[in-house]
Amino acid sequence: MRTVTKLWIGLTILIILSPIGLILPEHFKAGAAWGEWGAEEMQKLVGYIPQGLEKLAGIWNAPIPDYAFKGWEEKPLPNLSFAYIISAVVGIGVTALVVIGIGKILAKKDDR
Amino acid sequence: MHIPDGYLGPTTCGFFYLAMAPIWVFASRIVKKTLSARQVPLLAIGAAFSFVIMMFNVPIPGGTTGHAVGGVLVAILLGPWAACIAITVALVVQALLFGDGGITAIGANCFNMAFVLPFTGYYIYKTISFNSVVSSGRRVVAAGVAGYIALNLAAGLTGFEFGIQPLLHKTASGQALYCPYGLNVALPMMLGEHLLVFGWVEAIVTALVVKYLQKQDITLLEEGRR
Repeated sequence: MRTVTKLWIGLTILIILSPIGLILPEHFKAGAAWGEWGAEEMQKLVGYIPQGLEKLAGIWNAPIPDYAFKGWEEKPLPNLSFAYIISAVVGIGVTALVVIGIGKILAKKDDR
Repeated sequence: MHIPDGYLGPTTCGFFYLAMAPIWVFASRIVKKTLSARQVPLLAIGAAFSFVIMMFNVPIPGGTTGHAVGGVLVAILLGPWAACIAITVALVVQALLFGDGGITAIGANCFNMAFVLPFTGYYIYKTISFNSVVSSGRRVVAAGVAGYIALNLAAGLTGFEFGIQPLLHKTASGQALYCPYGLNVALPMMLGEHLLVFGWVEAIVTALVVKYLQKQDITLLEEGRR
């Protein structure tokens, strides 16, 4: 089997296993990454929401915020895991297509 | 390590967009000269790998989370300039589609994770593996050490960018406008958690994949050398 095919299989396994990255932090009661708190958490941490942060924090509305479907914030872990996997598929798909597009434009046609 | 919108002031955001612009242009030029068409699928896999490995949040029990970037591996396989482009694409998709990392901070996040990380990782790997056979254990160790140091450098830089915000932007009453934590907190926090935990994840992932490729398809480890 070609290495590239094997690597894609490896990536597929990583996609299926990706909810580990959601479940483990939940299990060990770990919060957000350092410096990636929402406004509410910031209020709790330092007692106020920095004005500039409050203004800029909502500047962009991502279609799948935090790898979860909109309105799914309170859903149980299995649903969130499903959304996480779909996010991985979508993210990897878009990323790979964009890189292939850039590669098509940039790469040399002839193979040494 | 994905700085969200609102944590960096306009000066820092602008600075890093300006810093990245020539790097992106230069990366495209170098890749245009060195990347062959048959390496494009591998570059796409590299970007996809970086994307998904960043979803594997590793917890510090009761504390924060963090993750590997996978960028050192991409740099080892395809060179640092190609890695810069691959990781940039992954970071932009994460910011735009998933709100992971702010759109105002794309310049800074790319500088840390798509520039500093693959370049330092690549040259540390090259230095340690100097003259060794491609199939040698020394290459595996080199990959691990490169992953560890590069991720920590990127994390330290991120901490620095967070930490200078209170110095740059304050209201008249002394409240921070953006990231409220100064260098005395941000730098040791970002560095500490990566030195203790997340750096090892990058080290292990990088070393394991290099070891796998030595057995599976060693030619991949001979490329990206030019």
